[in-house]
Amino acid sequence: MASPIKDNSSTFGLGSILLHWVIALTIIGMYPLGLYIDSLTYYDEAYNIVPAWHESIGIILLAFLAMRFLWRAINKAPAPLPQPKPVLLITKAVHLLLYLLPVITVASGYMITTADGRPISVFNWFEVPALPAISDNQEDLAGEVHFWVATFMISLAGLHALAALKHHYIDKDKTLTRMLSVQSEAKQ
Amino acid sequence: MNLKAIIAGTILAGSFTAAQAADYVIDTQGAHASINFRIQHLGYSWVQGRFNEFDGNFSYDAASPEASTVSVTIKTPSVDSNHAKRDKHLRGDDFLAVEDFPEAKFESTAFTPAADGTAVLSGNLTLHGVTKPVDITVTTIGEGKDPWGGYRAGFSGTTELKLKDFDINYNLGPASASVFLDLNVEGVRK
Repeated sequence: MASPIKDNSSTFGLGSILLHWVIALTIIGMYPLGLYIDSLTYYDEAYNIVPAWHESIGIILLAFLAMRFLWRAINKAPAPLPQPKPVLLITKAVHLLLYLLPVITVASGYMITTADGRPISVFNWFEVPALPAISDNQEDLAGEVHFWVATFMISLAGLHALAALKHHYIDKDKTLTRMLSVQSEAKQ
Repeated sequence: MNLKAIIAGTILAGSFTAAQAADYVIDTQGAHASINFRIQHLGYSWVQGRFNEFDGNFSYDAASPEASTVSVTIKTPSVDSNHAKRDKHLRGDDFLAVEDFPEAKFESTAFTPAADGTAVLSGNLTLHGVTKPVDITVTTIGEGKDPWGGYRAGFSGTTELKLKDFDINYNLGPASASVFLDLNVEGVRK
């Protein structure tokens, strides 16, 4: 059976599944990495290199987020599986936030690093230039936003994962499996 | 404010005799004063920074310098080492904790001229919530009329602070236990 790349009305294609998991695993990795960076002190060997990785991964993540939005725009999303209306609304809100919050997190992270005009070097491969700072203490404000939005996002991602497990084990529907592998039409 | 200051200044000038100390406001408006600091980086070089926002006054008379007094308030969030991420770290709890201690203060207690033209300015410095006596070595640069109808006097000063004395305990290495303050002060007579 050929795996469809694009989504259709009942299943996710390979494109959406890959983008979802690449981004999800990156975010799940980046959050503890950020906390670890906060815990580093001056004489830790990782003091310089790990923040540089975190920043580089963040920029690459932004590219994947952009691809995901583009992919979502040119695909027709599969219809949500049946749920009570209030749950459906909450699901919709969480999904929207999980699109939005990573962008805010990456943007605020970029604003910390580039606050004084220094570019971000992505794995010494290419540089992302700084935009003009929008406030005097941009690194402080952006730092607060970065931490709290990331924390909110990772909490929502936890809720999102619990909801997927609930669908799988309690509702016994296809919500989780259709994001794990491309489902054939006949199985729906 | 300007007119008031001029009137007050005129009255003051009229009521004081020449021998009495004059009061100066530190010229932060024209940035003819700066509070700089330097600290060793790993023992290999100096990192230089400054506090961009502060204000203060001093009273000085060349005829009786021992009567001089100085008072300066520094806004600690204005710390600037020309590196945003380092400044963010400096403002945080590892160093200045500016949310808890938004101001640092210096109030002089004595001014002791030395024979070589320098002087020692003693006073209490409150930094990071800790008040400690410090001695600042002061050099008189000069004083006199400015081209715009005012009268100015200027000094430079330097002192060494041990970070531990002010309860700043972040380990920057053995070469970086002390920070040096380099002060440039120009006052406009009130």
